[in-house]
Order: sequence, then structure tokens, then C-alpha cells
Amino acid sequence: MPDQAQLIPGTLDLLILKAVSLGPLHGYGVLLRIGQISGQTLLIEQGALYPALFRLLRQGLLQASWGISENNRRAKFYELTTQGRKRLGEETEGWNRIAGAMASVLSATPEEI
Amino acid sequence: MRLFASISSIASAIFRRSQTNSELEEELRSHIQHRADDLERTGLSHAEATRRAAVEFGGLVHYKEESHASMGTMGARFLENLIGDLQIGLRALRKSPGFTLVAIATLALGIGANAVVFSVLNAFILKPLNLPGAESLYMIERGKDLSPQQSYPDYLDLRDRNRSFDGLAAYSIAPVGLDTGNNPAPAWVYEASGNYFDILGAQPFLGRFFHASDEHGHNSSPYIVLSYGYWQSRFQANPAVVGSTVQMNKHPFTILGVAPPGFRGSELFYSPDFWVPIVDKGQVEGYDSLNARDSRGIWLVGRLKPEVTSAQATADLASIAAYLSKTYKKDDDETTFSLAHPGLLGDMLGGPVRAFMTALMLLAGLILLAACANLGSLFAARTADRSREIALRLALGSSRNRILRQLLTEAVLISLTGGAAGLAGGLVLLRWLSAWQPVPNFPINLPVNPDARVYLVSLLLAFVSGLLFGLVPLRQVLRANPYQIVKSGATGAAGRRFTFRDVLLVLQVAVCAVLVTSSLVAVRGLLRSLHSNFGFQPQNAMLVDTDLDMAGYDGDRVAPMQRRMIEALQTIPGTTAVGLIDHPPLALGWSTETVFEDNATDFSTSKAAAESMMYRVSPAYLQVAGTTLLAGRDFTWHDDKNVPRVAVVNREFARKLFHSETEAIGRYYTFSDGSRIQVVGLVEDGKYRTLTEDQQPAMFLPILQSPSSASWLIIRSNRDPQQLATAIESTLHTLDPGLPFTVRTWTREMDSALFASRVATVALGVLGGLGAMLAITGIFGMASYSVSKRLRELGIRIALGAQHREVLRAALGRSLRLLTIGSVAGLLLGIAATRVLAFIVYQATPRDPLVLAGAILAMLLVGLVATLIPAMRALSVDPLILLREE
Repeated sequence: MPDQAQLIPGTLDLLILKAVSLGPLHGYGVLLRIGQISGQTLLIEQGALYPALFRLLRQGLLQASWGISENNRRAKFYELTTQGRKRLGEETEGWNRIAGAMASVLSATPEEI
Repeated sequence: MRLFASISSIASAIFRRSQTNSELEEELRSHIQHRADDLERTGLSHAEATRRAAVEFGGLVHYKEESHASMGTMGARFLENLIGDLQIGLRALRKSPGFTLVAIATLALGIGANAVVFSVLNAFILKPLNLPGAESLYMIERGKDLSPQQSYPDYLDLRDRNRSFDGLAAYSIAPVGLDTGNNPAPAWVYEASGNYFDILGAQPFLGRFFHASDEHGHNSSPYIVLSYGYWQSRFQANPAVVGSTVQMNKHPFTILGVAPPGFRGSELFYSPDFWVPIVDKGQVEGYDSLNARDSRGIWLVGRLKPEVTSAQATADLASIAAYLSKTYKKDDDETTFSLAHPGLLGDMLGGPVRAFMTALMLLAGLILLAACANLGSLFAARTADRSREIALRLALGSSRNRILRQLLTEAVLISLTGGAAGLAGGLVLLRWLSAWQPVPNFPINLPVNPDARVYLVSLLLAFVSGLLFGLVPLRQVLRANPYQIVKSGATGAAGRRFTFRDVLLVLQVAVCAVLVTSSLVAVRGLLRSLHSNFGFQPQNAMLVDTDLDMAGYDGDRVAPMQRRMIEALQTIPGTTAVGLIDHPPLALGWSTETVFEDNATDFSTSKAAAESMMYRVSPAYLQVAGTTLLAGRDFTWHDDKNVPRVAVVNREFARKLFHSETEAIGRYYTFSDGSRIQVVGLVEDGKYRTLTEDQQPAMFLPILQSPSSASWLIIRSNRDPQQLATAIESTLHTLDPGLPFTVRTWTREMDSALFASRVATVALGVLGGLGAMLAITGIFGMASYSVSKRLRELGIRIALGAQHREVLRAALGRSLRLLTIGSVAGLLLGIAATRVLAFIVYQATPRDPLVLAGAILAMLLVGLVATLIPAMRALSVDPLILLREE
């Protein structure tokens, strides 16, 4: 997959929060959802997902419960808590600010200075 | 309770963790299954899909680990890791048994030495006496030279006039003859004041003790209290002996009771057979010195009142000293008193023992440090050899933390095993030491019972040394670059500058050189003291030790019996001469007397011309003892009470009193009672109290003019000592079957005088040996490490035509340079240190060319042994094989 982008450090948590905000998901589902909404550009190493999930769980941003998946298998489903939803909002805003700033920096031309 | 709580918290953490662990596993499994389902849908077989899903997931264990970290269940993880580390550690150590054994042995030696030395230090100096409230017990010492010896009249004044002590007891050591019915045998006792047991806080095991109320004046209290050990050995632990009457020195005494097991009074080294009231001194020693204020032979121990500080007590004692100096100017002039801790005769034994043990502890600590330095370089070398393994583990996702912890676990595993082995060896040694009777026929021993403190210190030392040497390879691991190492192998970027490890090695070699030098000095000193001039010849002479008052002789009956014994022993075939002395020189105990110039009128102590050793001898003693008469004459049996008193003196005495050796004969001096003595003979100087003493003045008085019931007979004979002893025993038995005595060779008796230097020599010898061994393994480790690191370089040198000498210089030059630096530093330090030794070991001088040569030779040998194998390895390098391997 040559067009696969290297994940910027620190963005995994944000991606997970966003994916889960669209509806409860199990771990593998989170991966699929991120792949899907990023147009398969952002691919996450499968195992690396779980330490991040548990970190968010521990911070109280996510909550989890066991259920049955679409494949008819037992799986643990994650969804946002109220606190998680608030954090997602803040992080999104922060990210957009940085992305905007980065974009304007990178598009600067000599004439603008 | 705290322990229980922490155990249960760990247990619940483990429980919680195993719960989350199984949940985590299920979740990860579910993930892989979902992925496999998807793969299967793309047309893969079920088996292939499952396999690929697992591969895609990546390092399952690694992610589990990280998940635990982010879940915060690491606490319990620690224990699990520890067990894992231990398993890996054990496996790794089993794989290199040689390294493991060397490391464990090194540490066992280091920890063992420390455990033994610390146990002795603990037993003699750190631990208070094994008596209730021992912290408030103090001895009273006298004068500037801190002598614990006091006189009985002074004791009574101190006891009655002080305001600081709850009670003050007096005691001293004496030999007696005990007869429980036609079996007289010598025994060693404590003479003790009535309040002795009450002040020490002892309770009887059987019967009762004697008390202050049992004292009614001289020889008024015919009671004895048996020690537990003596009750067992002499009376077969028969409880019926309490209340029975035995004959002590032919006087009837009643056995009052038995002391509890383990109770041996307030001196650590001496275990008496029984206790008798000190008021019976006349009957115990045959000579009643209770009224003599200048006869100082008893020791005082007292219990300070709880509200009184030692400074207040010292001030109180000073006022009593002032009173005594004023009131008894003749005997107590310029008296001072001070407090000392009990256990080792105050500062008399305590001073040297403390100094020696502190020095020994320091040396033992240095040994352990050297061992750690040694193991540190071994570990570093091993880590270097394992660099591929470590790199592989790093590449496979192990953290540096884990690897370090793994290495530390191995180090601590080794150190604890080594520590346990060392402690076990130390305990054996200590049991042997406790059972050892260094002095013949005198109940001295060194009871060293390791307690919890010893175990704790050993464990702690083992653990700390494990961490210490385990941390040496720290930088190696932190800086290891896995990709580099896996690609090209460990390329030793051997720095040219001196590293921390080099410093360790130099330190270790220096420590070793100090130990080797001081042990050589001590051994040489002992050898010399065995062959030095004592002022008498102990070789080929037998000693009979007896005291006629033990058999009931007193007053005018003593001297005729002594003469009869001498004459009877002279009839034994093979005997060349027989003499008699009250106490042989260099044996336990001595007597001194202050002497004054002839025209003296003021007999106060401060005006004395000298404090001279005093020996009461029979005619021919000087000849039998082998003491050379330099001028004048020996005594004869005519030197008795009917003629003026005479003496034979040594050169030091002549120098001190007459300022001339040649003019001493015929001159007079006086005793404090005013009696005049004429010098009739001059003998060579000798050793009298200890081998290391300054030259003492000594005088020999004829036994008929200065009677003494204490009688040591010296028999010079060319016969076999065993046969001679039998003949002596039967001869004396015929003379008086009720006389208790012991027979042994004079050289055996000398053991007591040589005891201190022997102990010092053995201790230093052992430490020196340990040091040498550690230096060998240390240099060996360093040299083989540097050879193995530079094997390729050496191969290239050989391929380019380097000669053996150049190869060796390249391979071992550095190790040898470090060895030289360390040795020189160590030798210099050792020479400085032996000045301290000179206080204990006779004629310990480091300026002895033999010692210096020996120490240098020893270090050369150490270097040779240690570098031999690495040197051979360096020379046998085959450049072709090496270069092909690369």
C-alpha cells in the first residue's frame, strides 16, 4: 500500500475517539472504521490499537461492555462517555487550529513576506 | 498486621490482574478471529486466514505488556516478571557453570569474611552484655593508663561514698583446688562481692546466690555458687549437690546454688567454674590482701542510677579520688577514676580489641569491595560476550529496562547464593571459634553467637554487592545498538583511556597488595617472636603449676614443702635441674612492686623510682630457666630470713635505679615498707607481661625471704615430655596425694603469650590469601576480556609478522600496567598500615627486606598466574581462521 500515510504521533487517540463517536465499536471495528473514513489512507498496526484503547478507558473517555458482533462472535464494544465527547470536541478544535496553521505556513510564498 | 496487609494487597493485585489478563486475552483473540473472518471472506482457507490474522496482529506478548502498562496493572506484573527473570537468570547461569561458580565462590569468600568479622565485632563490641539492663553497667578504671585493677580498701570507699551507682560490685579471677572427696583438681573461680549477683541482675538456676548479707568479715562466708557448665561437667548435673559441702583449698565450703546456663559474669572471654565470696580471699588465694590498699588486683562493675549521666558519675568519682589521694597519700597519691564499658576488662583488653576489630572490619569491607569490583568486570565481560543475545532481544521488542532488570536479577541471584554459602561457611568457622580454648588450663574462650543482626547485615551486604557489580554493565546495555551488533558482531570499541573498570581493578589490586603485605608482616613477626629472646629458654622444659594453699599449706609449712618438691623432682632420671618461681614470665598474671631509691624517706607512689616486675624464685631458678646471669651471684638456700634481704635484677632495673649496669652489684634499694634490699646479681633483660611490651624493670627475690604459696616448678630434662610428665605426676603424688597440679611443657604454656599475635596472624593470613585470590581472578577476568575483545586485532598483527613479545605486549600490557600501579600503591599503603600492626604483633616491621621481597614476589606470582591463560590464548591466535570468520 504505497499511499499509506505514516501516522503522526499522538493522533491515534483522537482517531479512536472520532471512530467510536459514530457509534459503539469493538476493537477490530475501530480499525475498520478508521480505514473506511480515511479512505484506507490511515492504517493502524492492529496490536498497537489496544494499549491506546485501554489508556482512553482508564482516563474515563471511553466505556466498554461485552456484546455480540455482526459476525456472531463475543466482542468488547467501546463507546464515548460524556467526558470523552467533550474531549473529542476540544481535540478536534485544537487539531483544526494546528492543521490550518500548518497549511498556511506551508503554502506561504516569498511575495507574502 | 502490616505484613499481612501487604501480602493480601499483593495477592489481590495478582488476582485482579489474572482477571484482567484473561479478559484481555479473550478480547485480543476476538480481534484476531474477526480479522480471520474477513480474510476468509476474501477466499482464503480457514487455517490460512487464522494464521495470517495472527501474523498481521504482530507481537501479541509485546502488546499485552503495553496494554497492561496502560491499564495500570503493572504492580502485580512486577512479581510475575520477577519470577520470569529468575527463571531466565537460572537458565543463563546454568549455561555458563564456570562463570557462575567463580562468581559465587568469589562472593562467598567476600561475604563469609565479612560475616565472621562482623559477628566477632558484634559479639565483643557492638552488643551489650547478655545481662538485664546491661547499658547501665560500667567498670571503674584508675589512673592515666586506665587500669581496671583496684584494691579492696579503695573499693569499699568507692562503694560507700559514691552517689551515682545503685550498687558497685568487686570481682577477680583466681585458681583454687576443689576436692569433692579425694579428687582434688584445679578450678578457676570468680571471687565476687556479696552484692555481685544482685547488681548483675542474675537469678539462680538452682538453690540461691550469696548476697551482701552473707558477708561478715574475712573468711566468714564459706559458700560457693557453681556455674551451669561446671555443675554439668564436674557434678553430672546432680541437683542434690546444692547444700552439700566440698573442700576448697582444704577449707569446707557449702554449695549454695547453680547459676543459670549462659551466665558467666561481666567478662566476655572468661567462663568461671564457680563463684566464691571475695571476703574469703585469704582462703582462696592463701594470702589475704583485703586490707592492703596498694594491692590492686580486683575489678569493679557498677550499675549507674537511671537518673545519673556518665558525666555526673565521673564528677562524683573525681571527688572520691580527691578524698582518697588526700587521705591515703602513700598508696593513692594522684588517683583518678574514669568509667569504662564492661566486657573486656574495660580498656585493658577493650582498647586493643576494638582497634584490631575495627581494622579487620575495614579490611573485610575492602575485600568485599574488591570482590564486587572483580565481579563487576566479570559481569561486564560477560555482558560483552552476550551482546548478540542482548541485541537480539532488543530487536525483538524487549525494552532496555527489562534487559537491565534481567541482568540485575542474575547478579542478585549470584550474590544471594554466594552470600548464603559465605554465611554458612562463616557459621561453621564461628562455631569452631566459640569452642576454641586458646589458653591451656584456663577457661578462656570467645563466645560468638551470631544473632539476627549478623544475618541481616550479611543479607544486606550480599544484596548491595549484587546491585553494585550488577550495575557495572549498565552503560554497555544502554548504549548497545542492536542493529549494529546484529549486523557486524560486537566490535569492541576498546577505548584507550582509563575507564571506571580500570580504576576498580587498580583499587582491587591495591587492596590485595595491602593485605598480602600486612599478612606477610604478621607471619614474619610471629615467626620472629617464636624465636626471639624472652630472657628465658622455654624449649625442653616442663612446668608444674600448683599452689600449695590449694592443699592447705600455709605460713611456715610452705617453704619446706617447696624445697621437698624440688629435691624430689631432682631424683627423676634424666633431670638436669629443677627450679621454682611464683609466676613464670609471659604467663597469665604477674605481680609488680614499687621500688624506691636507697635513701628515700617519702614512700608515696609519685616518688617511686620504678614499678618493677617481681618474681619470687628458688635457688637455681635462673639456671633452669636459662636466664643468663651477667654479673654477681645466684641465690642459695642460705638466702633465708636470717640474713639481710637480697635480689637479682635485670639490666633495665639497674639502669632505672642506679643509672649504671656495672655498678649495680652491691647497691641497695628499698620497698615502700622501708625494707632495704641489696642487689647481688644482674641478669639479662627479658619479656615479662606481653611480647610487645616496652622493656620492663624486673627483680628476682629469693623465695625463702619473700614466701609465696603459688609454685611453678620448672624441670629441665632431656627425656621425652610424655614420660617425664608421668614421672613428675607420680613423684608429686607420693609427696602429697592431696595436692592439685597440672603438668605441661613450657612451650605449650607460652601459647597464652603468643595468643594475640597468633590470632592476628591467622586473621591477616586468611584475609591476605583472600585478597590474593581476588586479585588473581580480577586480573584474569580483565586480561581474558581484553584478549577476547582484541582477538581480531591480534590475528592481524600476527599475520603481519608480529613477534611473540609484541603480541603479548599488545594483549596484556594494559592489565600488567594496572597490576603494577595497584601493587605499588598497595605496597606503600601496606607499609603504612603495618605501623598499626606493630601494637599487636611482635616486631612487626615493614622495613624488613624479606617482607618487601615476599610481597613483591607474591604480587608477581599473582600477575603471572592470572595472565598465563589469556597470554597463551593470545599467542595461539590463528590469523587465518579469525580473518575467514569475519
